[in-house]
Amino acid sequence: MVEKRHTSTHYERELRDVKESLLYLGALVEKAIELAVKALLDRDTEIARKVICDDNTIDQLDVEIEEKCIRILALRQPTARDLRYITTAIKINGHLERIGDMAANIAEKAIILSGEPPMKPYIDIPRMAEIARAMIKESLDALVNEDTNLAQKVRVEDETIDNLNEQVFRELLTFMLEDPKNIHRSLIIMQISKSLERISDHAVGIADMVVYMVTGKSVRHAPACESQE
Amino acid sequence: MNDIKVKVKDLSLRYGTNLALKGISMDIPEKMVTAFIGPSGCGKSTFLRTLNRMNDLIDNVSIEGEVFIDNTNIYDKNIDVVNLRKKVGMIFQKSNPFAKSVYDNIAFGPRINGISNKSNLDEIVERSLQQAAIWDEVKDRLFHSALSLSGGQQQRICIARSLAVNPEIILMDEPASALDPISTAKIEELIDELKKKYTIIIVTHNMQQAARISSKTGFFYLGKLIEYNATEKIFTNPDVKQTEDYITGRFG
Repeated sequence: MVEKRHTSTHYERELRDVKESLLYLGALVEKAIELAVKALLDRDTEIARKVICDDNTIDQLDVEIEEKCIRILALRQPTARDLRYITTAIKINGHLERIGDMAANIAEKAIILSGEPPMKPYIDIPRMAEIARAMIKESLDALVNEDTNLAQKVRVEDETIDNLNEQVFRELLTFMLEDPKNIHRSLIIMQISKSLERISDHAVGIADMVVYMVTGKSVRHAPACESQE
Repeated sequence: MNDIKVKVKDLSLRYGTNLALKGISMDIPEKMVTAFIGPSGCGKSTFLRTLNRMNDLIDNVSIEGEVFIDNTNIYDKNIDVVNLRKKVGMIFQKSNPFAKSVYDNIAFGPRINGISNKSNLDEIVERSLQQAAIWDEVKDRLFHSALSLSGGQQQRICIARSLAVNPEIILMDEPASALDPISTAKIEELIDELKKKYTIIIVTHNMQQAARISSKTGFFYLGKLIEYNATEKIFTNPDVKQTEDYITGRFG
């Protein structure tokens, strides 16, 4: 169903501009993850440094998008779905910026590891990175198409990443127990795995906000424990 | 950065002994929308009327200070006030089309200015109604009474009427306050279009309207200009606390 356009073409443009900026930011952070993991796999410190430096661009775009949203709130007093859209955009913006920070963290760890002999081939880490990038793309597609089913799919994929993270942890534990000389590298690799796990949590955060935007219902929090009868 | 179209210097106005405007100074840029907000009785409409000397029509009004439009002080003795009011048109809160046909409403101004050739008048009428975004709605009813139109349509007829005499500045005193939300949205969209060619100055008691359509906003209170700034600044982070109190609804 094609939504009616707002009477003010100027306002319509402003709303579209926010969406386009978010999609651009999404593309930047996806690229950052790809390059950070490439830097890890190829032991390439130059690529790693580029990722760290490019995080400035991501931070600047975060501020710009936030200012655009504040401006719309101040000058347009959006209501109903426009209000949910702008508040969703502000939160998604925050999630994407944090994902950018996680990618920069991974790049920093890649630089450290490149200075030490490799411990083992990376299998689960690149897999996690690929799934995380797909989750970001899907959550933003869900935003553009207002697709709550796709948003729900992202939630399910998060479980795969959680399981892989635990798998990585268990495997690295065996390396650390085997030989204390492995501890330093293992801990750093665990931090990388944790960063990817947090990236996927942020992608779920984006997907949850899309559900809120479309339905008005907040699905962000599952109950922490069963309530006592 | 747009040029300054209207320069007001230290303007004060009295109704008899009552000092209604106190030392107002402001520079109004051309081809932008400037809005005046403030509570009832703050002087914003009085100030608007000083810009085309409509206050001259009120007894007991005295003015100090200067109003320059394009570097000419409009209160100089040798100013042709009729010509001024062509150049600086005005739209009122209650639309006031003449009790004539749509065509004759728009053609009235040009006819008084000596244009009698029918095809010239036809062209002016169509152009003005197009510019006021109402041509499609009235092109088959040009010779019906303007009073048979809806409130929103009548207001756009009044705008077309002022456009027919080629103004440079259009003053609007709460032009949409008597209209429903859809008609208001149409007028606001029209203002957004008109500002490309004309300098628009609008008084509104609807702060949200000022926020939506203007680039600069002046906040008036008890005859004084409290703050005059970019609209975005006024509504996100005004300089003066009194402005912030007013726009956040802390009226005291």
